[in-house]
Amino acid sequence: MSKGILVYSEITSDDYLHTVVFELANKAVELSKKMEDAPVMALVLTKPDLINEYKEAFQKSGFDKVFYVVDERFGTYRTDLFAKAAVQAVKQIDPEIMLVGATCQGRDLAPRISTALGTGLTADCTGLDILENGKFAATRPTFGGQLMATILCKKYPQMASVRPKVFKPSEVDVTRDTVFIKMSVDLDDYVPQIEVLEFTKKLVCDLNDLDSAKIIVAGGKGMKNAEGFALLKKLADKLGGCVGASRVAVEMGLAPQAVQIGQTGKTVSPKLYIACGISGALQHTIGMNSAEKIIAINTDKNAPIFDICDYGIVGDAFEIIPKLLEL
Amino acid sequence: MKIVLCVKQVPDTSDIKWTENNTIQREGLESIINPYDVYAFESALRLKNKYKNVNISALTMGPKQAEGMLRKLIAIGVDDAVLLSDKKFAGADTFATAKTIAAAIKSKLSDFDLIVCGQFAIDGDTAQTGPSIANFLDIPQVTYVKEVVGYEDGYLTVIRELDSGFEKVRVKLPALICVLQGEFEPVRARINGIIHSQQVEIPVYGIDDIGLSVEDAGLKGSPTYVNKAYRAPQKETECVFVESCEELAECIKKCGGICE
Ligand SMILES: Cc1cc2nc3c(=O)[nH]c(=O)nc-3n(C[C@H](O)[C@H](O)[C@H](O)COP(=O)(O)OP(=O)(O)OC[C@H]3O[C@@H](n4cnc5c(N)ncnc54)[C@H](O)[C@@H]3O)c2cc1C
Ligand SMILES: Nc1ncnc2c1ncn2[C@@H]1O[C@H](COP(=O)(O)O)[C@@H](O)[C@H]1O
Repeated sequence: MSKGILVYSEITSDDYLHTVVFELANKAVELSKKMEDAPVMALVLTKPDLINEYKEAFQKSGFDKVFYVVDERFGTYRTDLFAKAAVQAVKQIDPEIMLVGATCQGRDLAPRISTALGTGLTADCTGLDILENGKFAATRPTFGGQLMATILCKKYPQMASVRPKVFKPSEVDVTRDTVFIKMSVDLDDYVPQIEVLEFTKKLVCDLNDLDSAKIIVAGGKGMKNAEGFALLKKLADKLGGCVGASRVAVEMGLAPQAVQIGQTGKTVSPKLYIACGISGALQHTIGMNSAEKIIAINTDKNAPIFDICDYGIVGDAFEIIPKLLEL
Repeated sequence: MKIVLCVKQVPDTSDIKWTENNTIQREGLESIINPYDVYAFESALRLKNKYKNVNISALTMGPKQAEGMLRKLIAIGVDDAVLLSDKKFAGADTFATAKTIAAAIKSKLSDFDLIVCGQFAIDGDTAQTGPSIANFLDIPQVTYVKEVVGYEDGYLTVIRELDSGFEKVRVKLPALICVLQGEFEPVRARINGIIHSQQVEIPVYGIDDIGLSVEDAGLKGSPTYVNKAYRAPQKETECVFVESCEELAECIKKCGGICE
């Protein structure tokens, strides 16, 4: 019997289970089939009154066991507190594999856990598999997305992080008889070294939730100015989508950093991605090339974005978009 | 305040050429300072300009040629630098890299107050070296730092940019921060700085100098290893070009967008 796959289950700042947990759960269920049905397990650190609210979601997403640790202080993520608790919990659970969402929280916490446990961590994976010899193989892009590397780990747990939207949550009901196990960890000697003074929610996230958008209308340097981005917004509104941007557009102040797509921004996989005035640099396309369909509007017929898109039109976005809006 | 600035030399990933066998052609690949480490440097420099008695020591683990990058940093405001270079460090993953850097800081720069790293390196882009160094040194870390607000009574206040918002955080020093891209004007070298940079002696430390055992360094000390590396698959789509906006609207509709 294998010791199973553990999914770190992040709670968001507004007390929801992060969507990446369901994506990882689905992947873990798939992997466990290649591991003599190893148990799929979750670890969640939460405020005491909230655990019941998550139970159904855990059951539905295919977890066999959910280990939970409760503490009043878990309402706000702090590296030192969470690392101290998570390290103790993971040691007790002793999984063979541990998966973490490569969110801001996951990327902050996972290396503390792996280092403390003396094991390796493969970051931002795009593919996970179990090899014939039973080893866990984590594949990730490196060198600005141009090289793929499959990485194995000599120590346990074999850890990997995965960005949101890289995997899909299960589409079918995978409800299991989930066992919930309360764990205790020792936080008595915890002396806070980090204090959160203030949190300002990004407004743009409410208005423009790229992560869940089915359609993204993205603009680059070619959209030139605020009027250009206003056109994108109108098109996005008409299609029921959101506006995204290339890094150059963000640097030009045309869009907030929160909507930057690419290597150093978000990874998105909408149904449709419309790239307007974006050249298609690798650092950009790595964040959107898993979109189901890609359409590009660009004045330069040799722009690399056309190499990865399904439909394209060579022309001035400032003429084309207003016409589309009138149709 | 003593600041240790961790910088990495990386290949210029925008300029990668492929050999016929789909491996990266490493000869002639330009090395640059990791772009995020420039922001890390800027954050450290701002502290130095704002407060008295701030000393910045740059540290890198890499080949001997990384000395050039360290001298450039000295020309623009770093006070001194340390190069960790040894054949036995080669092939290190982030775990072994962080262990080596932490051992060097412990043995050579142990009176630090603050360690400043970039958030990511563009070659590996793992974003885990910083937090791992912090863990080895048993100090707190703050990642995704957008702005360093100030420093008072042994505490540093910073603003983090997260997916969902901005968080203002106070951390007790000694601590480590990982810095995101910020809005900075690049610093230019001054003549004095350039002269100084040529005169400063940059010590090169090997494995014995920092008291690390061979088992803990380089490939041997790395829990992870690359099993296979290959060229990223290009999306195989043939772009269909359309001429008119009507056709384009039709395509948008076909792809699930309702353009009515
Ligand atoms: C470490 C690193 C990380 C990076 N991370 C990211 C990232 O996360 N995201 C990202 O996007 N980039 C990132 N970049 C930058 C990336 O390399 C490119 O520089 C960037 O994506 C280019 O943005 P762009 O396409 O908007 O601009 P450009 O490359 O300048 O392209 C503008 C395009 O607009 C077209 N155009 C001009 N006028 C019009 C018009 N009127 N109508 C239609 N088309 C027009 C032009 O033909 C051109 O193709 C990163 C770079 C580095 C080094
Ligand atoms: N070899 C190295 N020498 C010095 N600093 C490093 C090295 N590797 C990584 N770092 C630091 O860790 C940060 C994150 O790198 P990475 O974890 O590779 O994405 C970099 O921005 C540097 O500040």
